[in-house]
Amino acid sequence: MSKLLTDAPAPAKRNTLTKNQLPGWAIWAVAAGSLILGAAVSSLIGFSLVSWALISAVIFVIAGYVVTLSVEGARKAKDRFATNLIFATFIIAVVPLISVIWTVLQNGIAGLSYNLVFTSMNGMTGMVDNETVANGTEVLGGAYHGIIGTLLITMWATIISVPIGLLTAVYLVEYSKGGALSRGITFFVDVMTGIPSIVAGLFAAALFGLIFGPSTRTGFVAAVALSVLMIPVVVRSTEEMLKIVPNELREASYALGVRKWRTVLKVVVPTAISGIASGVTLAIARIIGETAPLLVTAGFVNSINWNVFGGWMTTLPTYIYRQLMNPTSPTNVEPSMQRAWAAALILIIFVMLLNLFARLIARIFAPKTGR
Amino acid sequence: MSKRIDVKDLNVYYGNFRAVEGVNINIDARSVTAFIGPSGCGKSTFLRTLNRMHEVLPGARVEGEVLLDGDNLYGSGVDPVTVRSQIGMVFQRPNPFPTMSIRDNVLAGVKLNNKRMSKSDADALVEKSLTGANLWNEVKDRLAKPGSGLSGGQQQRLCIARAIAVSPQVILMDEPCSALDPISTLAIEDLIEELKTQYTVVIVTHNMQQAARVSDKTAFFNIAGTGKPGKLIEYGDTPTIFSNPTEKATEDYVSGRFG
Ligand SMILES: Nc1ncnc2c1ncn2[C@@H]1O[C@H](COP(=O)(O)OP(=O)(O)OP(=O)(O)O)[C@@H](O)[C@H]1O
Ligand SMILES: [Mg+2]
Repeated sequence: MSKLLTDAPAPAKRNTLTKNQLPGWAIWAVAAGSLILGAAVSSLIGFSLVSWALISAVIFVIAGYVVTLSVEGARKAKDRFATNLIFATFIIAVVPLISVIWTVLQNGIAGLSYNLVFTSMNGMTGMVDNETVANGTEVLGGAYHGIIGTLLITMWATIISVPIGLLTAVYLVEYSKGGALSRGITFFVDVMTGIPSIVAGLFAAALFGLIFGPSTRTGFVAAVALSVLMIPVVVRSTEEMLKIVPNELREASYALGVRKWRTVLKVVVPTAISGIASGVTLAIARIIGETAPLLVTAGFVNSINWNVFGGWMTTLPTYIYRQLMNPTSPTNVEPSMQRAWAAALILIIFVMLLNLFARLIARIFAPKTGR
Repeated sequence: MSKRIDVKDLNVYYGNFRAVEGVNINIDARSVTAFIGPSGCGKSTFLRTLNRMHEVLPGARVEGEVLLDGDNLYGSGVDPVTVRSQIGMVFQRPNPFPTMSIRDNVLAGVKLNNKRMSKSDADALVEKSLTGANLWNEVKDRLAKPGSGLSGGQQQRLCIARAIAVSPQVILMDEPCSALDPISTLAIEDLIEELKTQYTVVIVTHNMQQAARVSDKTAFFNIAGTGKPGKLIEYGDTPTIFSNPTEKATEDYVSGRFG
């Protein structure tokens, strides 16, 4: 026994199943080399951050392939090539997103004051802005009316779209038998998905113009215009979610003597609800930033309007647009710029909150697993 | 509270395809009847016509009569929902509702139909049904946990508990053990033995031993060839079917000399 213990371990036998392998740091070395080479090449053609990143990425993908091919063999090299390519494209896709958020944060954070969030532009004239710039005081006036308008109009658009979209999807998936009606609905939903948003705005404006007289502009008209954009998204996402509910669950419910509408209401929709909820939230996120249809349906005001059924209304996107295109003071545009960037930041925050909310809902409603 | 089933000249179609032809069969109350036969001969299809589940598939239809204690299930004005609340079904693959807890799965027949029930009644029903399905001891501490967290065999017994909680007259089972291990299979066979005292049980199985063990009567279905309709070849007491069948095809099938 003791002899066995004191025996030196046999020299490690090389595993015959392994092949040549690159050490773990090799890929980082390749990455660093590609960055340096990329910098050199891009400075030849006039250095810029974008060309540096792109050229380095291309070199990295190719070099990774060649290095792996020479050491580890063809199969591993192909694997490395695909992995690197996916990573590189992923980073290229994410860069604009991060840069947008970064720019908006950088420009908007300064203007994000109490005034911006809780006061409107009521009574703010070019003179006020001129004075602000001259005295170097805090920027007066804000986007409160825009925040209210965005929230109210989006809420009404959701109130209109979600029931219609949900019921349409339930009809298509649960009740239709692939007849002319369902094919027609599917066709028009597809067409609606492609409608330019300004056309939706003109449609709503014209519709209400016919009924209530020309140039009827209220928050509700805007909500109708946005519903035209939102309904197809809700229908599509709900449809997909309902389709993946296994048929066995429906049959299990029928076999218990449960009626079809109850089965849909209490088995099918609850099983799909997390997906439906996040689909709806993403649809809201899609319309909350619309600008063009709002200009032709809700008009534009500087004061607070809580009534979606009467009077013009401002939303954050139209507020941003106006502050940029028609600054309050044509000679001193800085205050307007600051307001516009801060309003953009608020809009982005809204969208992010919505996405978080969608995840939360999906988490809460997700079919339960585990013991 | 169990009823007999009599089937007269039943033809079952998927669109224009006749899947099952000319079935006549009389199933006694409080008995276990096994359907055996090669794959694709229409056992599942026929079973699903016994509680009008067949017609939920698009284009599926039925000709003939199925009498539940003399009442025709396919008579005009019969509501399939009423039929299904009297004739329960357990499927080949366990399918508990993923959004519901174990307790709610058992109470699904009550809750989905919005029937009012006091908490104590509900508790009693849950315990009775789970005990009836031989599952109570395994899950009594985790009733609030999701049903999908159980093992396959437990899930299948949960589905049986769910089916008997609505106190049906008849329970149809389509290969209830095909996804289960021998021990769970045994548990379910024991359970079928017990269910027989209160319910009429019809079971489809590919397992000859199982059919021989659990059933009082056995029906052998066969199919002449692909695209041809399935037919009921022979129906009789289980011992007779397995040891002394009249038809050559039955003998070939039960002795494993099929095809
Ligand atoms: N949804 C359907 N649509 C069209 N034909 C079907 C459908 N389901 C089954 N069939 C056909 O009906 C016939 C009988 O099928 P069924 O499922 O009843 O067979 P089975 O005896 O249960 O077979 P198995 O033992 O493999 O479960 C087969 O020819 C099958 O192809
Ligand atoms: Mg079958």
